[in-house]
Amino acid sequence: MNPVVGIAAFAAVSVATAVIGFYGLRISRTTGDFYVASRTVRPWWNASAIGGEYLSAASFLGVAGLILLSGTDALWFPVGYTAGYLMLLLFVAAPLRRSGAYTIPDFTEARLDSRVVRSVTSVVVVMVGWLYIVPQLHGAALAIRITTGLPAWVGQVAVVAVVCVTVVAGGMRSITFVQAFQYWLKLTALALPILFIVFTLAGSGTPAVAAASVNPTAVAPAGLYQNISLLVALLFGTLGLPHVLVRFYTNPDGQSARRTTLIVLGLLSVFYLFPTAYGLIGRMFAPVLAQSGQADALVLLLPGQLIGGAAGDLLSALVVAGAFAAFLSTTSGLVVSLAGVISQDLFGGSVRGFRWAAVISAVVPLGIASMTGSLALAGSVGMVFAFTASTICPVLLLGIWWRGLTDAGAIAGMATGAVLCGGAMVAGAVLGADGPPSWLAQPAAWTVPAAFAVTVLVSRATRNRVPRTITRLMTRLHTPERPLVTER
Amino acid sequence: MPDSPLFIAAAIAVIAMAIAVVVAVGLKVLRSFRELGTDAERATYKTLHAASRAGQHLRTGLNPAGAAKASRQLRSLLGCDALAITDTTGVLAWDGAGEELKPLLMELAAGVLDGGHTAVIPAGEVQELAQGKGAVATRPEVERAAVIAPIRTGTRVVGVVAAFAPAAGAGLVRATGEVADWVATQVELAELDASRTLLMEAEVRALRAQISPHFIYNSLNAIASFINTDPVRARELVVEFADFTRYSFRRHGDFTTLAEELRCIDRYLLLERARFGDRVQVSLRIAPEVLSTVIPFLSLQPLVENAVRHGLEAKEGPGHISITANDSGAFAEVTIEDDGVGMDPEQLRAVLAGHADGDHVGLRNVDARLRQVYGDEHGLVIETAPGEGTLITMRVPKSQPRHDA
Repeated sequence: MNPVVGIAAFAAVSVATAVIGFYGLRISRTTGDFYVASRTVRPWWNASAIGGEYLSAASFLGVAGLILLSGTDALWFPVGYTAGYLMLLLFVAAPLRRSGAYTIPDFTEARLDSRVVRSVTSVVVVMVGWLYIVPQLHGAALAIRITTGLPAWVGQVAVVAVVCVTVVAGGMRSITFVQAFQYWLKLTALALPILFIVFTLAGSGTPAVAAASVNPTAVAPAGLYQNISLLVALLFGTLGLPHVLVRFYTNPDGQSARRTTLIVLGLLSVFYLFPTAYGLIGRMFAPVLAQSGQADALVLLLPGQLIGGAAGDLLSALVVAGAFAAFLSTTSGLVVSLAGVISQDLFGGSVRGFRWAAVISAVVPLGIASMTGSLALAGSVGMVFAFTASTICPVLLLGIWWRGLTDAGAIAGMATGAVLCGGAMVAGAVLGADGPPSWLAQPAAWTVPAAFAVTVLVSRATRNRVPRTITRLMTRLHTPERPLVTER
Repeated sequence: MPDSPLFIAAAIAVIAMAIAVVVAVGLKVLRSFRELGTDAERATYKTLHAASRAGQHLRTGLNPAGAAKASRQLRSLLGCDALAITDTTGVLAWDGAGEELKPLLMELAAGVLDGGHTAVIPAGEVQELAQGKGAVATRPEVERAAVIAPIRTGTRVVGVVAAFAPAAGAGLVRATGEVADWVATQVELAELDASRTLLMEAEVRALRAQISPHFIYNSLNAIASFINTDPVRARELVVEFADFTRYSFRRHGDFTTLAEELRCIDRYLLLERARFGDRVQVSLRIAPEVLSTVIPFLSLQPLVENAVRHGLEAKEGPGHISITANDSGAFAEVTIEDDGVGMDPEQLRAVLAGHADGDHVGLRNVDARLRQVYGDEHGLVIETAPGEGTLITMRVPKSQPRHDA
């Protein structure tokens, strides 16, 4: 592939992100159109922004790669990523929006009336964020290596640098519009090339190399346990992702938070059609990629392989741009929300503190990413979801829906989840070479219930620690608020 | 996760660090045990430690949760079999043996609660009373005497401390009396805390901005001037004025959302423009992300009013006010800038500190409320100089789960 294509695409996306971030808000209004100026973000915009932030390297590159490798079994990933929003819609979106807490640590502190719980939650949130940024950087490394032939670390450093500069320079001021733009960019970047490919293949009548049902590698398909465990991780993991929750505060009230979530479900469903199509066509026309261990790069390589020429180069550029949009949007969303948590707990919430915190929250994962080798992208993001599902999710769900949760229970639950799931991850990595047993590779099915059980049991045992403000808080979480009036 | 040698090395390093930390902490604890000092010093420490621990629990006043934790500490202090704390109506906490006597305690304490003098009830009497009431002792061979001392705050008796021991010696009686007095001090401190909180709330309420009488007067005059020339506009302005007063006179809540406050500002500016015509120009740049941020009620309107009143009124020709609201990490940042006559920084400082009565009382009021609610680092930041206009910046945390808009 032409190296210029990759670099040009990356540069274009970075500049577009920065420009929208800096100037998206620079439109001044006069009092004549006061109500245009003070209008809240419409659910459509906000849903696009959530989609833009949520669709990470795993969705953009990983899903297609997994479908190429393991066929329909891999469909559980997009199903889980999307259905997680159903859980969010049903159980979390509206009450959390009403709570007035802006981050998960804020929520747990207010709900349990305890500074210690706040600190523990902050640590967990920061860990989750870092773990989630790492696969994005692996994706960036892969994309740069495949498209330009430069060393892998260039891609990681470039993404971190762009994110740091925009966040520190205040370029995330109109973050909703940046992220909404990223969603539509990603969708176009996937949809256009695949439609092109489909029509070209259909037009030229190229015969398929292999049937779609043929497994291109010797890797055994996942069993029932693994699929269930994966689904548990994805369904419950989405609830606790730090960057997703923050977006709901852009909604003026709980009701529009629900409507936004509904639209997100639609947007994600549409989006995941395309990685699936890539995977399927990859199986039929380019199974070689799976055998050469380049499955994750399928989306990047397919247009060039199947179309070629100038048209192929252009389509490749579009896909590369979309991929970098995915890395940038998810990473910057995570960095902003992590920086919020870190600056508040470590630097007392000053502006300078926020900038330092942003740098810290981007550079630490860069270190981790450069030390570790990349694994299947969708798989490693799945691990992050498992970790979130066994640490933050029990506290969040029980905190919203159960009056009996206590600070001791919350801490015990988070610690249990972190130790069990983290332990499984490390053990899996140590055993790595011969493939860890499936209960270690996909720990969510037992770590999530264990974390829930410990949280409930310890809360029961420390019943007298239920905060006295509980009734007031629960009323606030579950009764409709006065609507935010912005129209005359 | 990956299985590279580096990753394993990192894992080993983390484990090694954890072991090092545990060993270091262990050594420190061991050393601190060795340096505990003489028996007398240790006894003093133990007493003071128990007292201070119990004190923390009592700082929320006489309630069951605090009393339960404090009674454990106090029992170890007195070295008695059982210790109970009551208020005037019931037993709050019972720590130690002989729980079957619990229902009798209020009866035993009745005299103390009335008279306010320490009572010593011999073992036999306690037992007799227990049998009379049909309370079955789990271990009837253990007889306990009771020392009941009143908790007095001011002239009132708010509860008792009761200690149970096989024999009520003079030592125990004296010590129980002292413990009761000490509990009383803690309860008084708790009451002090509570009244301080009330005072702070009252102060915030008193500071709650009122719209200025000048503004009402001027607006009504401006409207009056339109009644003959442009009745339709006059009618519209009266409606705006009604809406504005409705908002600013509302009774409920000390907080509002940025969106509502901006609406109020819009109405205010409409009325001001009826007076000033095109002399007041306003531009807005509001990030939609912060519209639902909770801010103190009427905290922006006085700032805009200040800009109009002191920035533009005294100036010749048109003046420009720009209002922006930005998302800045965990905070929302609101700025109000005018290109009017500005202020003398020294004089402004004196006004804000409350040393001088000036024209900028509205600013002082908002500044004081912001500091009261969010802490000193969240006061107004004002950049100004005579003739140079004024820029006022306000930074409030977006996350305020304790404040209802």
